[in-house]
Amino acid sequence: MSAAANPIARKIATPTDDHPAVRIALILTSVGFIAIFLLLPLITVFAQALAHGFAEAWQAFREPDALSAIRLTLIVAGIAVPLNVAFGIAAAWAISKFDFAGKSFLTSLIDIPFSVSPVISGLIYVLVFGLQGWFGSELRDMNIKIIFALPGIVLATTFVTFPFVARELIPLMTDQGRDEEEAAVSLGASGWLTFRRVTLPNIKWGLLYAVLLCNARAMGEFGAVSVVSGHIRGLTNTMPLHVEVLYNDYQYVGAFAIASLLAMLALVTLVLKSFLEWRYADEIAAVHRH
Amino acid sequence: MTLVVQSVAKQFGRFPALNGVSFESPEGAFVALLGPSGSGKTTLLRILGGLEFADVGQVTFNGVDWLSIPARERRAGFVFQQYALFRHMTVAKNIAFGLEVRARSQRPTRAEIARRVEELLHLVQLEGLGKRYPSQLSGGQRQRVALARALAIEPRMLLLDEPFGALDAKVRKELRVWLRTLHDKTGITTVFVTHDQEEALQLADFVAVMNAGKIEQIGAPADIREAPATAFVAEFLEDVTNARALAPPRIQPRVVQLH
Repeated sequence: MSAAANPIARKIATPTDDHPAVRIALILTSVGFIAIFLLLPLITVFAQALAHGFAEAWQAFREPDALSAIRLTLIVAGIAVPLNVAFGIAAAWAISKFDFAGKSFLTSLIDIPFSVSPVISGLIYVLVFGLQGWFGSELRDMNIKIIFALPGIVLATTFVTFPFVARELIPLMTDQGRDEEEAAVSLGASGWLTFRRVTLPNIKWGLLYAVLLCNARAMGEFGAVSVVSGHIRGLTNTMPLHVEVLYNDYQYVGAFAIASLLAMLALVTLVLKSFLEWRYADEIAAVHRH
Repeated sequence: MTLVVQSVAKQFGRFPALNGVSFESPEGAFVALLGPSGSGKTTLLRILGGLEFADVGQVTFNGVDWLSIPARERRAGFVFQQYALFRHMTVAKNIAFGLEVRARSQRPTRAEIARRVEELLHLVQLEGLGKRYPSQLSGGQRQRVALARALAIEPRMLLLDEPFGALDAKVRKELRVWLRTLHDKTGITTVFVTHDQEEALQLADFVAVMNAGKIEQIGAPADIREAPATAFVAEFLEDVTNARALAPPRIQPRVVQLH
């Protein structure tokens, strides 16, 4: 029977299709939500930054404190992201390819940074490594400065962004099983060659995606870093902290200019991710389906 | 007797997978490990392949302590039930893998590897498919790629884990005959795992019937069929025998006579 001959069949093409009114309502709700909660703030950031023209916004980036904040953010992300890639792959490998006691416990431990407030994560490090903390006096005697210095900021950022890589890879690697690794070993490949030529190519898209997200969060992290950094201008202020400082000083253009740089980072991440998904769709599908 | 398995046992946690298995097989033989699931046949195969370690027991192959050789140096061509092809590599790359990962001193030249790959593609009747990805092949084709990949390393022993398990009946029968011909051509000692009685009896030189981590009987297919050693073997084979006995009447049309 053709669709034209049956009025009900024409309106609802498949059994899973909802009534047009429901469909429109759902679309409008999600578009409206995205517009108000995501798009509007983003536009505001750029609008505020450029409120007094491009030149003044540009001026914010020429301040030594701003440059120092940008440099510090890049350094912190540059250390924290590779660390998390290494930790994340190791954890995902252990959880997905081996059976051992306490495996599910380890899996839930990995989620802790997501469930704990970042401020608390920062405080933990202050309590452990701070001057009044557990190792405070020993560290001072050895002349090692962790809190209110680069190591503390890196530690806090690494902690907060740890789950990104591990959580992306665990389901992927569990799904892929260990057959291919076993095949590689039985064909004579060493552990390292097996990892480089079999495991890594199979997880590379998931890993890349995780690295993008991890990097975006590492550069944007505020709470945990705020606790351990000490807000020393030109020294321990990262970009998000610098935004706060400027904002509290009523330097709105400067604050929003730096903020728009952070927003741009998020946009670039998004575009890059979409581009990768579009460009390598076939390959990604081939890796997932077998 | 070149493959000698002596009282091999293996436990997973508290579950005994193998309870002291022993058998011997001459070089170049085609041995089937036959049994229901959970009988330990795959565990035994994986121990032979070095993918699992025996708790106790010994295996010697051509006089060498086989279990002391690490998996990657054993040169045992392992074919997995789900093929385990490298999904991000082309068919040709899959087959070449075992040659390309060799240490530089033992690695053939690139031209030599390409020649070997062509040769193997020809052997498994997949000429011209070298540039495809595994996801673009049918089940039967994937299985043959897996075999070609295992054969590429010039294996001392070929280990097949339910090689036809995931294939439909027709492809299964074709590949079965083809595998036997291939074995006769290459003469590599082959051990394969199956739960299909007919497949084991038709294909193998020796069949080891396994149950609950033990070998119930090992022998030539004819001997096992004619003189089952235990009640389990008799029962396990009964299905095939019955199916054969019942087959002719089943396909005969029923004639209703009227008096």
